[in-house]
Amino acid sequence: MNALLLAVLTPYLGAALAAWASRHGRLHAAWVAAAVTLIALALITPAALAAFAGETVIHRLPWMPAVGLTLAFRLDGLALLFALLILGIGLLIILYARYYLSERDGMGRFYAYLLLFMGAMLGIVLSENVIQLLVFWELTSLASFLLISYWQHREDARNGARMALTVTGAGGLALLAGFLLLGEMAGSYELSVILASGDTIRAHPGYVPVLILILLGVFTKSAQFPFHFWLPHAMAAPTPVSAYLHSATMVKAGVFLLARLFPALSGTWEWSHLVGGVGLATLLVGAYFALYKHDLKGLLAYSTISHLGLITTLFGIGTELAAVAGVFHIINHATFKAGLFMAAGIIDHECGTRDMRRINGLWRHMPHTATLAMVTAAAMAGVPLVNGFLSKEMFFAEAVSMGTHMRFGWLLPLAVTVAGVFSVAYSIRFIHDVFFNGEPVGLPRTPHEPPRWMKVPVEVLVALCLLVGILPGLTVAPILSVAAGAVLQAPPPAFDLAIWHGWSPALLMSVAALIGGVLVYAGRRPLFALAARWEGRVDARAVYQRLLEALYALAAGVTRRLDTGSLQRLLVLFFASAVVLGAAGLIDGDTPLTGRRPLLPVDGVSLMAAVGLVAAAIASVWLHRRRLTALIVIGAVGLVVSLIFVKFSAPDLALTQLSVEVVTIVLLLLALYFLPQTGPAESSRLRRMRDAVLALAAGGGAAALAWAVLTRPYDTIAGYFLDKSLPEGGGRNVVNVILVDFRGFDTLGEITVLALAALGIYAMLERLQLRAPERDAEGRPWNWDRHPPIMASLTRLLLPLALLTSAFILLRGHNLPGGGFIAGLVTAVALIMQYLANGVAWTHARLPANFHPIIGWGLGLALATGLASWAFDHPFLTSTFGHFDWPVVGEFELASAMAFDLGVYLVVVGATLLILVYLGLMHGASHPTQPAGEGR
Amino acid sequence: MEALLALVIGVLTACGVYLSLRGRTFPVVLGLTLLSYAVNLFLFAMGRLVIGHPPIVSEPAAASADPLPQALVLTAIVIGFAMTAFVIMLALKARAELGNDHVDGRP
Repeated sequence: MNALLLAVLTPYLGAALAAWASRHGRLHAAWVAAAVTLIALALITPAALAAFAGETVIHRLPWMPAVGLTLAFRLDGLALLFALLILGIGLLIILYARYYLSERDGMGRFYAYLLLFMGAMLGIVLSENVIQLLVFWELTSLASFLLISYWQHREDARNGARMALTVTGAGGLALLAGFLLLGEMAGSYELSVILASGDTIRAHPGYVPVLILILLGVFTKSAQFPFHFWLPHAMAAPTPVSAYLHSATMVKAGVFLLARLFPALSGTWEWSHLVGGVGLATLLVGAYFALYKHDLKGLLAYSTISHLGLITTLFGIGTELAAVAGVFHIINHATFKAGLFMAAGIIDHECGTRDMRRINGLWRHMPHTATLAMVTAAAMAGVPLVNGFLSKEMFFAEAVSMGTHMRFGWLLPLAVTVAGVFSVAYSIRFIHDVFFNGEPVGLPRTPHEPPRWMKVPVEVLVALCLLVGILPGLTVAPILSVAAGAVLQAPPPAFDLAIWHGWSPALLMSVAALIGGVLVYAGRRPLFALAARWEGRVDARAVYQRLLEALYALAAGVTRRLDTGSLQRLLVLFFASAVVLGAAGLIDGDTPLTGRRPLLPVDGVSLMAAVGLVAAAIASVWLHRRRLTALIVIGAVGLVVSLIFVKFSAPDLALTQLSVEVVTIVLLLLALYFLPQTGPAESSRLRRMRDAVLALAAGGGAAALAWAVLTRPYDTIAGYFLDKSLPEGGGRNVVNVILVDFRGFDTLGEITVLALAALGIYAMLERLQLRAPERDAEGRPWNWDRHPPIMASLTRLLLPLALLTSAFILLRGHNLPGGGFIAGLVTAVALIMQYLANGVAWTHARLPANFHPIIGWGLGLALATGLASWAFDHPFLTSTFGHFDWPVVGEFELASAMAFDLGVYLVVVGATLLILVYLGLMHGASHPTQPAGEGR
Repeated sequence: MEALLALVIGVLTACGVYLSLRGRTFPVVLGLTLLSYAVNLFLFAMGRLVIGHPPIVSEPAAASADPLPQALVLTAIVIGFAMTAFVIMLALKARAELGNDHVDGRP
């Protein structure tokens, strides 16, 4: 049993369930979401235990083995850590959101989107195949779009969601290209192979392009500079969404990929400079701007950017210990940032605003929440005894050791200390501004403590922060060790998680950052003034907006130039380009037009028929404004076409063409009744000349191409079908055996199209008000005579005979010309004859009025025949046949393909009659003056 | 014979293209009908021309026409009918909603 696949699918199924459950009660969706998350946790538990023991659990489900596509899921230490974060924090978010969302917010929609997102994230971290990983990667972009724009009525939510989708979606495209190249280099799209072939990949000439493409995906997703601007705008989302997306999931997908591909890509000059450089820039930019945000969530957003930069820098440094620290900070950041966002959500919820210039002195109103927020903020600042301190100190230590190996190496510890200073300063601002600093300024509501259970998720996270911060060796060390081992694909290096390491440079940097942070916050006024002056001058978002507007303008310009709303103009462009491209191909080569295949002699009858067809075709063009005449002439063309099929050994085609011709002409006659009987002469002479030249060029090209093909010998795969038709398909008529057996799946698709077209036409005809003309083209009123009795009687007599013929054609189809398509058309023609000869009203009263069930039965039968072969462990639509002996009838053959053909027959009959009869009924409905009781 | 069929395909294509470029819906539908004849014959011609040997297996094995293009064209004919029906209904709908039968919906 593929438990990992089920675990990934569970949230998707749960999403539908949550949406459904919310109809029966506002809070049902929350319960469903929580239950679904617990089920997913339970599903991964067996594999998780194995992964915890150091094993890599891989589950495979062959999908298209011929092209190397497998659904493959993998659970190792890293995937386990992320799965726990996604599901664990997800559970807390579900509880929190239940209290956060107001009465007006649709609970079902929220939880459905949240579960969709959860499933996509689980898919990313549990994927073994990188293409599959990318599919889930894109799904997170889509699901986050839905989540960010959850409050659809707000413009900032819609814009923020669109921006997040554009940036991460573009990154996803780059990532796809990177993955495809990476898979080619490693020789497989499976991670186990890719991770083991790091040396091959790094030595490959395509390494740098692949690295850049993959990093584009990572940086856009993880909001790294200069793609960081989407993240603050995504804060328009409901706070539980921000708490989930920007702590444990969405943005962590990027750094997850850095960790995942660490053994395959890291360890080169390009890696350390690109990843380390971008990470460092993001760290500084995020920390600096976070200080100046007056919006509570804006501050947290830039702080998130900064911490993601920190993690990226650690992976960029590239040593084993740095990777351990990176994984450690992923855990710590997820816990304290989720707690901080939740606290910010509580404050927003209670105060009705997030502006820190107005929210002050909340300590007196909500001391409990304030304490929780202060612990998480301390973790964000990197204060000892909280988890953020430990990973930040490891980061400082790595920066120092990296710095000793480089020219200007002292710059690196300096830069990270400056970032540390700012992160302490913005953390102090978060605490001081919100909970102290005087009294609230004009709040819409009087703040007080939130409901008890809204604080529980924050309390859990705060407990984790403290436990990890005080007792790291007992709590986080085992899972960190397993996850780091999976990142490195090697036993993890010895690391010591302790609060006190003695006097080290890292400790001095921590102390400097704490003191510096306090000093910066104390002297913040001039800095704020400076920042206000620079506000909006350097803005990555403006560049993005300009690029986007240029793209819109370009697209609109191209569309405007090509499409002026005229079909004729578009068709001229279309045919002209087809002619030009085709002619270019013909002129270019020096191969002769005529091939060496021996030609067949022309006989007199064929010549006559061809002359007749050409004359009729030209006549239809000549007479096209006299529409009825043109239609009759086209009927003649169709008849000659079916004669051509007869001549060149295609009896099935001839029968099909003949019967289709009848129904087409009847249909067009019916339709013509509602259209003008004559066309106006409106094209100018010049225009007609242009069209004629284009038509002649197209016709000449088609004729030349047909001639070139017809005169060349060729290889065909027909021999296979001719040989296997009787022994394997059990039929002598190879065309029919191909349709119902060899290519049965195609035919199933085709009858589905036919059924859809018929249903589409039915939908179009519904509530359509057609106005019937009172006079014909010559100005004579329509006459209301009874239907000619001789014809009516004859067709009634002929009906059983015609139906018998079609049954015969259906049954013999496997061995002689015939089959479901032709028999269906013959039946349809026979029934339509009744309508024509006896009138719609008369016939409609005597035939089943509803053709939908016939189509449904036909499709169902064809599908059931295909599915039945599964019951016998054969692939879909495998056919079988046998010979039977009946006393009177003698020996005969039955093939399962005949049941399929019967399905085809029913669909063709149902679809054809549906189209024609419903149009015919319009005639009856369109005649207000029609005398009662008389058919037309 | 090959030249004759090539000629027929060419004439049908030319007439079909000319009618498709007209400004009213009905001739466009007629043009599409002619074009689908041309396309079906063209596809059929990919199997080359054989006289008197339909692809039906007989006891003394003999060379026969290529069944594959025939199977393709057979369904193409039926789908072509569905397409013609759909387009003509669109034309009726446009006439009813817009009050004229110009392809762009404006007289």
